[in-house]
Amino acid sequence: MRQPKIIIVGGGLAGLMATIRVAEAGVPVDLFSIVPVKRSHSVCAQGGINAAKNTKGEGDSPAKHFDDTIFGGDFLANQPPVKAMCDAAPGIVDLLDRMGVMFNRTAEGLLDYRRFGGTLYHRTAFAGATTGQQLLYALDEQVRRFEAEGKVRKYEGWTFLSAVMDDSRICRGLCAMDLRTMEVRAFRADAAIFCTGGIGAIFGRSTNSVVCTGSAQGALFLQGVDYANGEFIQVHPTAIPGEDKLRLMSESARGEGGRVWVPKRAGDTRPPLTIPADERFYFLEEWYPKYGNLVPRDIATRAIHKVVFELKLGIGGDAAVYLDLTHIPRETLDRKLEGILEIYEKFLGVDPRVEPMKVFPGMHYTMGGIWIDNENQATNVPGIYAAGECEYQYHGGNRLGANSLVSCIYGGGVAGPAAVKYSRNIEKGCEGVDASVFERERKRQEETNQRLVTQDGSENPITIWKEMGQVMTEHVTVTRHNKNLQQADAALQSLMERYRKINLSDRTKWSNQTLNFARELYNMLVLARVITLGALARNESRGAHYKPDFPERDDKNWLKTTRAKWCGKIQLDYEPVDISLIPPRPRRYDVAK
Amino acid sequence: MAENKKVIVRVKRQAGPKDAPRWEEFALDWRPSMNVIICLRDIAERPVTRDGKATTPVSYESNCLEEVCGSCAMVINGKARMACSALVDLLEQPIRLEPMTKFPVVRDLAVDRSVMFENLKRVKAWIPIDGTYDLGEGPRMAPDLQTKAYPLSRCISCGSCLEVCPQVNEHNQFIGAAIISQVRLFNMHPTGAMHARERLEAVMGPGGVADCANAQNCVQICPKDIPLTESIAEVNRQAIKQAIFGWLMG
Repeated sequence: MRQPKIIIVGGGLAGLMATIRVAEAGVPVDLFSIVPVKRSHSVCAQGGINAAKNTKGEGDSPAKHFDDTIFGGDFLANQPPVKAMCDAAPGIVDLLDRMGVMFNRTAEGLLDYRRFGGTLYHRTAFAGATTGQQLLYALDEQVRRFEAEGKVRKYEGWTFLSAVMDDSRICRGLCAMDLRTMEVRAFRADAAIFCTGGIGAIFGRSTNSVVCTGSAQGALFLQGVDYANGEFIQVHPTAIPGEDKLRLMSESARGEGGRVWVPKRAGDTRPPLTIPADERFYFLEEWYPKYGNLVPRDIATRAIHKVVFELKLGIGGDAAVYLDLTHIPRETLDRKLEGILEIYEKFLGVDPRVEPMKVFPGMHYTMGGIWIDNENQATNVPGIYAAGECEYQYHGGNRLGANSLVSCIYGGGVAGPAAVKYSRNIEKGCEGVDASVFERERKRQEETNQRLVTQDGSENPITIWKEMGQVMTEHVTVTRHNKNLQQADAALQSLMERYRKINLSDRTKWSNQTLNFARELYNMLVLARVITLGALARNESRGAHYKPDFPERDDKNWLKTTRAKWCGKIQLDYEPVDISLIPPRPRRYDVAK
Repeated sequence: MAENKKVIVRVKRQAGPKDAPRWEEFALDWRPSMNVIICLRDIAERPVTRDGKATTPVSYESNCLEEVCGSCAMVINGKARMACSALVDLLEQPIRLEPMTKFPVVRDLAVDRSVMFENLKRVKAWIPIDGTYDLGEGPRMAPDLQTKAYPLSRCISCGSCLEVCPQVNEHNQFIGAAIISQVRLFNMHPTGAMHARERLEAVMGPGGVADCANAQNCVQICPKDIPLTESIAEVNRQAIKQAIFGWLMG
């Protein structure tokens, strides 16, 4: 029997889990990552991972986790895959526990669980406030073990450029670039699994890491891989604004009892702790008595925007609200939240144990992503699979906190064996494909590089990137108006025109970060248009997608998945959502479900 | 006037691993809450030196920008630290940026730290699970043990502890505090402890834990406040015990 070969792109939680599963099946893996995998963006996840283990006698169950997730996502997610994920979640946490993740413990030595947004149950396992880091390291260690055994070969410091397609539009491998030597090389594979994460850089500043550009998704889209529900972008309610990035303040701060408030009097400049309780406006608790500070993120974010922009009650007139932990004992804070308190302290020089934090919403996550099927994480192109944030499957119109880690690991765990099965069953393996198929794609990519480093022009890629980020943040995040979305798309098109005139300030052939960034920028612009056009078309409000001119969810016309296709231009198709398990009902958080 | 306030940054440039280093100086517009990453981005957007000479953007590694990925370690004003959490207003100017010296330079401020990941392999820094299939829950663990182990598991492999260690030099391949601390972490875990011997054997001999000369620079520089000297002492104790009684345990 021939030995198949699989490539995995991206070494965050999803990519590493897929790698482990493929290696476990005895199939060799080439693992590509821009950064050493231990430095992937999954390290930034803070609060925890959901699994309905019902360890607190509350009557929680995977069925309730499933219902919370579907309800939280405003009924846009296909239900069978979400159910499968929620059913698998307790086993995933057991596995991570066996891998040695230093989860917080109860007195009995069991895993501790805390509350998170969009649920009334203690369902979130956590390792301090650096859960993503701890999970990533656990999977990284398992992959290193396979690497030491020769079952995994890592290509760290390589970036994906394009898929290699044969004449029947089947993926036979990919082109990647060594970020040191700038060598472009084509690699053969029977299947490729993309776990390329978030797209924060499209919005300029976000809570995402530098590598989260969405470039791979954009490149694949231009090669015919469909992209679904792009318009669903999560803006996290509590981030610390910064010029280089918006640093996340985890939802776990509220899960552990943190309260969000503003002074009742506009422009009140008194130090926060001198303001008496009856002169504070705890708006989430007042507006959403049942869930209070733990309403889902889209709801909390819109509430903060309303308080700041409509009621003009931002702290001292600024775009900021208080996230207050000062009433919680210091020992509890240090044991459960130290990682995030440290971030606030280091970057702002203020101790959040003694002074309320100032926070504001920031772009955080894309619910939309590469279209995949409901069973195998398979895209519409044979041989291409996707898992993790880069695909669209598990979160509908809004993701619940602590569901991203579980979806990454679950999706990666499904994609790995699915790709193995596909690779074992194909008629002709990648080794039988003519070398010219690889060479023509390699040449095409080489030519793009050549063009970029030789062309003369007047535009700087960083300037274009910044302008794109401003347009997207202003018009395509929390509140969307069709007029503004049209303007945004026009602006993106004109940026694409200007892109043709970019001039690289670095034309060297060694470790040229400018060239790589310029390549990524084009793919970002493409994806920005997919997101914007999806938002423009969807005339309703659902989950994170909010249009004041169409304030209600419209199941009659819009209970459907947006499926963007590339056919020389962006085309939006729609397909029904699988709602076979839970009938849609109105989504309300002011009362119990 | 505040608008005219400048930030002066001197960067040690090096085109490639074999090229000679040179210094370049930049004058950037000051803004509130700037960090070193923002300075490097300003240079990338307008790569012109203080004396008006066109140059290339500075190569450097960065990713999370919240001091948890370990990418952006460099030597700032003579001290190894993360660029993202190095706030300009707290730094003396001109700000001097240099690559770390204990790792080969790739270009400018970017260095090759793959030796750290290779050493994690050498000490088998993992829990050898039987497989990813459902085998139930992990071992129970006392909250006290978790409280002790968790800080060790926050090591971001930035390499600062190697940078400041006098035992890491061209004559000595000391494995370094970060790796030894991982040995302690995995030996602490109930499943990991079953394989403690393999890890201890990996840190005995040349470059191993006995090469620590107790300068204690590592514990002072660690951006994550990991009790590295405690880890070295503990692993050293375990290694000695292993050396003396190991043959008895067969």
